[in-house]
Amino acid sequence: MLRFMLIRILQALPVIFVVITATFFLVRSAPGGPFDQEKVVIPEVKKALEAQYKLDLPLHEQYFAYLGDLAQGDLGPSFKYPGRSVNEILFSGLPVTAELGFYALLIALCIGVTAGVFASLRPNTAQDYIPMSFAMIGICMPSFLLGPLLVLVFGIWLDWLPITGWGDIPGDKILPSITLGSAYAAYIARLSRAGMLEILSQDYIRTARAKGLPEWLVVTRHALRGGLIPVIAFLGPAFAGLLAGSFVVETIFQIPGLGRFYVQAAFNRDYTMILGTTVFLSTLIVFFNLVSDIAAAWLNPRLRAQFKGGSQ
Amino acid sequence: MSLLKVDNLSVSFHTRNGSHQAVKNVSFTVEPREITAIIGESGSGKSVSCYAMLGLVPSPPGRIDGGSALFEGADLLALSERELRAIRGRDIAMIFQDPMTCLNPFMTIGQQLIEPLRLHKGLTAKDAKVRAIELLDEVGIRSPADTFDSYPHEFSGGMRQRVMIAMALINEPKLLIADEPTTALDVTIQAQILRLIADLQKNRDIGVLFISHDLAVVADIADQIIVMEQGVMVEHGSPDAIFNHAQHPYTQKLLAAIPSGHRTAERIKPDPLIAVSHLRTWFYPSNVKEPVKAVDDVSLEIHRGEVLGLVGESGSGKSTLGRSLLRLAPITEGSVVFDGIDLTQLEGNPLKTFRRRMQMIFQDPFASLNPRMTVYDTLAEPLLLHKICDRKSLDATIATLMDDVGLARAFIRKYPHEFSGGQRQRIAIGRALATKPEFIVADEPVSALDVTIQAQILELLIALGREHGLTMLFISHDMAVIRQIADRVMVMYQGKLVEQGDTEEVFGHPREAYTQSLLASIPGAALSA
Repeated sequence: MLRFMLIRILQALPVIFVVITATFFLVRSAPGGPFDQEKVVIPEVKKALEAQYKLDLPLHEQYFAYLGDLAQGDLGPSFKYPGRSVNEILFSGLPVTAELGFYALLIALCIGVTAGVFASLRPNTAQDYIPMSFAMIGICMPSFLLGPLLVLVFGIWLDWLPITGWGDIPGDKILPSITLGSAYAAYIARLSRAGMLEILSQDYIRTARAKGLPEWLVVTRHALRGGLIPVIAFLGPAFAGLLAGSFVVETIFQIPGLGRFYVQAAFNRDYTMILGTTVFLSTLIVFFNLVSDIAAAWLNPRLRAQFKGGSQ
Repeated sequence: MSLLKVDNLSVSFHTRNGSHQAVKNVSFTVEPREITAIIGESGSGKSVSCYAMLGLVPSPPGRIDGGSALFEGADLLALSERELRAIRGRDIAMIFQDPMTCLNPFMTIGQQLIEPLRLHKGLTAKDAKVRAIELLDEVGIRSPADTFDSYPHEFSGGMRQRVMIAMALINEPKLLIADEPTTALDVTIQAQILRLIADLQKNRDIGVLFISHDLAVVADIADQIIVMEQGVMVEHGSPDAIFNHAQHPYTQKLLAAIPSGHRTAERIKPDPLIAVSHLRTWFYPSNVKEPVKAVDDVSLEIHRGEVLGLVGESGSGKSTLGRSLLRLAPITEGSVVFDGIDLTQLEGNPLKTFRRRMQMIFQDPFASLNPRMTVYDTLAEPLLLHKICDRKSLDATIATLMDDVGLARAFIRKYPHEFSGGQRQRIAIGRALATKPEFIVADEPVSALDVTIQAQILELLIALGREHGLTMLFISHDMAVIRQIADRVMVMYQGKLVEQGDTEEVFGHPREAYTQSLLASIPGAALSA
C-alpha cells in the first residue's frame, strides 16, 4: 500500500515539473509584462521595479531562481499586490473556493447518484430517459449560461435568493453551489447509471433476488457498492476540477475565491501569481486523483488484498 | 401430493425485434425426496421455466402467458411479488451455474450466507453465524470459522459452489433448484459436487429440480428426467426409460452426443514434429517469494499427424504448457524443437514466420474473438499478416475457409455476437486454419459448449485434422472428450507429466492413482454399466 502510494507520488513529480516549466515559459512569451500599463510609467521606475523582481535577469536565470524558491515552498511575491506574497493570497482565497467546491460536490453527489441509480432501475423507460435527458442538458450547459439563468429566475423574477456575495446574506451560497455543481451532478448521474446497470446485470444480483431479498435491499446492499466505484474514482478529479474551474462561477457571483485572483493575474501578467496558482492547483489535482484511486481500490476486496500483499 | 406441480406453463419474451415463445405448455411435477432433472441445450427454455415460476424473469421483456405452478398447493404464478419473496430463499432455494460470478465479490462469504437466515427467520447476526458455520462444515469447507470472513475471490470454483449450496440450504428449503451447478467445474470437482447434492438431498428429504444440458451428468442422480427442446417438453420418464428406450429423436440425438468410444487408432509412424525437453515455465508473482511452477521439467514428443490429448484439472499447468510450446508464455528453462529448430532461440521475424505454422484455438469463443470485427475481418487478418494470399484472392480464400469449418458464406459480414457458441468456435477454428498451420494447440475448445454442439465441433476437428494433415495438442479436463479424439494421452498434475501412453492403454489400464481418480470422475457411470 505504502509502496503503491510512493510510486504514484513519484510519478506525479515529473508531471508537476512539466506543468511548471511549460507555464513559466508560456507566460513569459505572452506579449506585455506586469508593469506595462495604459498609464505611462517613468522608465527609471520601471527599471527599478524590474530589478526588484529579478525581471532584468536572463530568462533561464529567472527560471532557476524560481525553481529554487519553489523547492522551499515559496511561490514568490505578487507583482500586482505589492507587499503580499502569492502564498498569502492563495491561502486567503482557498477556504472560500474549497467551501464552494465542497458544497457543489455535495449537491452533485446527492442529485447525481440519486438520478443515476433511479434511472438504472428501469432502463429505457421514462424513469430512465427523463433524468438522463436532464443530465445531458446539465453537461452541455456551460456555467456562464446556467449561472445568469438561475440568477434571473430565482434571484430576480421569484426574488427568493440573493444573487451575489459569499457569506454576507443567508442563502447567498445556494445559487453559486448549484451552478458549479450541476455539470458534475450530470456527469455523476451518467457514471452511476452506467455502473449500476453493469452491476445489476451480474449473476450475483440474481442470487440476491433468489434469496428473497426485497428490491431495495438488493440495490442498496448488493448493487451500490460495486456500482458506485466509478463515481468514487471520479470524485478526486471532480473536486480538483471544481477548485480549478470555479473562476467562472466566482466571477459571476462576485465571490472572493482563488479563481478570481487567477483570472485577474492572467490579465495583469502577474507572473508569479499565475505560476503559483497553476502549480498549486496541479498539485491538488494530482493529490485528489491519488486519494480517489486509493479509495476506489480499497472498496474492491480483491485489490485490497493486493495492497496488503504489496506492503509486506 | 407433489411438492411442485407445473401445468401448461408458457413464457414468452417481447422485444423490439419481435416476440419469441421460450416455453410452450410445459407440465411436470417434482416429488419430495426426489431429484427431477430437466435436460436441454441452451435456449431450450429449461432455465426460463424455473426462473419464471419464481418471478426471476425480468418483465418486460419476459411475460408468463399462462399455466400454473402449484407449490404445496399455492399457485406461484398467482402470488404477489411480496408473497413470492417470502417463498424465495426460504422454501425454494437456488444454486446457479457459475460460482465465480454468482457470489457478490464485495461482500464476505459470511455476510452473504447469513442474509437469508436473518431475512426469513429473523435470527440475530450471532445466531445466524453459528448456523452458517455449521453448514459450511457440512458442505465440506475446511476450517469454516476462519473462512466466514473471507471474500469469494479467496476460494476456488468448487469451494465457491459449496458456499452457494450452503447458502441455498441455510433455511432448510423444501425445494432446491440447481441450474447447471457443475457445468463450470472440473470433472473431479463436478463428481464431488454431484455427490454432495445427492447426499444433502437424502439427508434432508428435499425435492431437487436439477437443470443441465448434459444427460451424462444426471444419469447417476436423477429419479426422473424431462427432456426439453425449443421450449417444448419432448420426453420424460425414468433414467432407465430415457437412456435405454428413448422415443423422441431429440433425446436420441442428445444420447448420441455424449462423448463415448474412441478413435479407430491408425498407427502413426513415430516422426516427431515437436520435441520438448526439460521444459520449465515458472511465474514470479510480486507478492509471493516462491515461484509458481506452472510447468516443471516436462519432456514430450508430438508426432506428425497425431492428436495428443493432454488432461488435467484446472491449475495443473496444461494450458501453460500449450502456450509455452507456441512461445506465448515465458519459458524459464528447457527447449522446444519444432521441425528441427529450437523455438526458444528465435526472436522477432523468424519467430513470426514460425507462428504461421503453429496456431491456437482457445476455450471461450465468446472472449477470444474481437467483438468489433466481422467474421471476414477476423479471417482476413492472419491471411494478410502472413501474406498467405493477396487482396485479389482474399475473398475466395475466406469463402473456402468458411466452407471448411461449416459456416454459411452468407454470414461473412456478421459480428461475433450474432453467432451461437458453436458457430463462434467454428470461426475461431477457421482463424486458426487460415495460415495453413502444421500444428494446432486446442485449449479446451469444446468445454464451453453444449454436448450436441461439442460433438459437432469434435467431428469437425477430427475431419479437418485428417484433411489438412494437422498435428494437434488437444487440451481438456474432460476424459471422455479426450478419449474420443486423441491418439495418445498425457496426464498432467501439478506441473508435471504423471502418465502417458496410447489412449486405450491409459483408459483401459491406468497406472497412476491420479489417472484412476480422473477416470472415476467421468459422469454417467450408470450409462456404461
